[in-house]
Amino acid sequence: MADRTLLRAAQLTLVAALGATLLVPVIWPLDQSAVDLAHVGLSPSPGHPGGTDDLGRDVLHRSIYGLRVSVLVGIVAALAASLLGGIVGGLAGLLGGWTDRVLMRLIDTLAALPHLLLGIFIVAMLRPSLGAVILSIGLTHWLSTARIVRSELLSLRTRPFIDAAIAGGASRRRVLTRHLLPHVLPKIALATTLMIPHAVWHETSLSFLGLGLPPHLASLGNMINDGQRSLLTGSWWASIVPGLLIIVVTLAIAALATRWRDRLDPRARAELDL
Amino acid sequence: MIKLVRRRLAVAVPVLFATSIGMFLLGAASPMDPAMQYAGATAFTTDPANLAQIRANWGVDDPLPVQYARWLGNLFQGDLGWSTSRHEPVGAVIAARAGWTLLLIGVTLAVVLAGSLLLGTIAAYRRGGLFDRGIRAAAYAVESMPVFWLALAAIAVFALALGWFPAGGLTDVTATSTTFGDVAHHLVLPVAVLTVSQAPWFLLFVRDSVADSLRDDHVLAARARGLRGRTVLFGHALRTALLPFLTLVGTHLPELVGGSVLVETVFSLPGLGAVSVQAALGSDFPLLAAITLITTAVVLLANLCTDLAYTAADPRVRIDG
Repeated sequence: MADRTLLRAAQLTLVAALGATLLVPVIWPLDQSAVDLAHVGLSPSPGHPGGTDDLGRDVLHRSIYGLRVSVLVGIVAALAASLLGGIVGGLAGLLGGWTDRVLMRLIDTLAALPHLLLGIFIVAMLRPSLGAVILSIGLTHWLSTARIVRSELLSLRTRPFIDAAIAGGASRRRVLTRHLLPHVLPKIALATTLMIPHAVWHETSLSFLGLGLPPHLASLGNMINDGQRSLLTGSWWASIVPGLLIIVVTLAIAALATRWRDRLDPRARAELDL
Repeated sequence: MIKLVRRRLAVAVPVLFATSIGMFLLGAASPMDPAMQYAGATAFTTDPANLAQIRANWGVDDPLPVQYARWLGNLFQGDLGWSTSRHEPVGAVIAARAGWTLLLIGVTLAVVLAGSLLLGTIAAYRRGGLFDRGIRAAAYAVESMPVFWLALAAIAVFALALGWFPAGGLTDVTATSTTFGDVAHHLVLPVAVLTVSQAPWFLLFVRDSVADSLRDDHVLAARARGLRGRTVLFGHALRTALLPFLTLVGTHLPELVGGSVLVETVFSLPGLGAVSVQAALGSDFPLLAAITLITTAVVLLANLCTDLAYTAADPRVRIDG
């Protein structure tokens, strides 16, 4: 009952967020470099629901643009990470034996590396830019997908329908594309979706540190960073409002992904509900 | 035990080497010229011959494998190089700051462990109750908050609005020396923020695993013998749930390091995290590379230690493969 309300709220939030980020350039375009020094540091009001920052820019308007940039970067980076993870996990799961053991041990060790620090290193050496941020996320976030793909493939390999397909004379390629991929792809899709919030976090962290997207661009991390200046003069909204957007969208994605996982694997939920 | 150590090192050492090679190649691909960085603003007035001399002295134009071997050789001999952004030896920068980062992470870890064990156990005992539901909702909510945002919100509320704690720094601006009370007062907010942002994960884990072990046979048997609820909860159920918790601490260290980088930056603490961000902004390869490599090595070592503790504590465990 309460779950259903929560789920509906999450769906509405995501639809609203997606709609706003897709439509905002059409309905309410933003001049990224415009400043309005007559309206500096206004607190939230009906005219400016998120207030204005220390350069007179509307915080809510820029936050929606920031969300647009962050989510786009998050999706591209999550796809890149999933591709890398899918390839490595696929190799481990399909080849098995020594390859599998070495790759899995490697993944366990890589998971123990401080990934934000490595991400900072990658971005610092390539100079902060969109490509560097995506590379930094892709190279540090593929491990979970690799693990999921590998374990899924291992459990599929022992299933009778695969044996039946092989016994029926199906080629390796046919088994892979017609029998294995359709089972693995939904898991990869779920893993990718769950990775988007992590990717957004990594991007906003880098931007917040001044190591992400170009500073004039309205991105959530840049805005929270800019808002630090206003914070000390009492204008808390310049940092807090863009952060609220990250939180709401993260929660909504998490709620939907949990539901999705339950659908993919009803048994797991039954075990949890005990 | 020795076999485990050997197996772990057989992967960890190559990974560490591969990381250092990757970092070195990235540094070499970076468009920054170390000689120009060293000269700073004077680069424009310096005689090009002098710059060429610096480049020759540092061997910047040598073949990459030669440069890499020299860099690594120097690292092993304890010569971490010269920080191009801070204009002092990398070793000195790290030595002056590592302590503060260790203090921040150490205190946070202690509070997180104690707090999550206590609260998670209570939530598991009364699972489904108001406390359990409340604390789980709070944990999920906090988990979705970026730590730097949480830090800024904490500053806005506790430092600026209420004025209870300072907004940043390690000592009072007027202070002439570092006193324990002053530092402790300045560390309350950073430690609290880092704790709150790291705790949900541990808390939810403790709650679930204690809830599971409450259904175990030996716990039911203890109950049936008439032992008190509290004795059963902490003496039997929590003890079984503690073991996997040990490895978890190891696997969660990278998150803690990342969190401390952000928290140190927001609160302007003079730790390794904040200085690595400054190094990154200044494309300071020697400093950033040294911090990243050392931190990676320490985290890998800590992981190995927690695994060893796990095998020591539970003889049934054979980590194979």
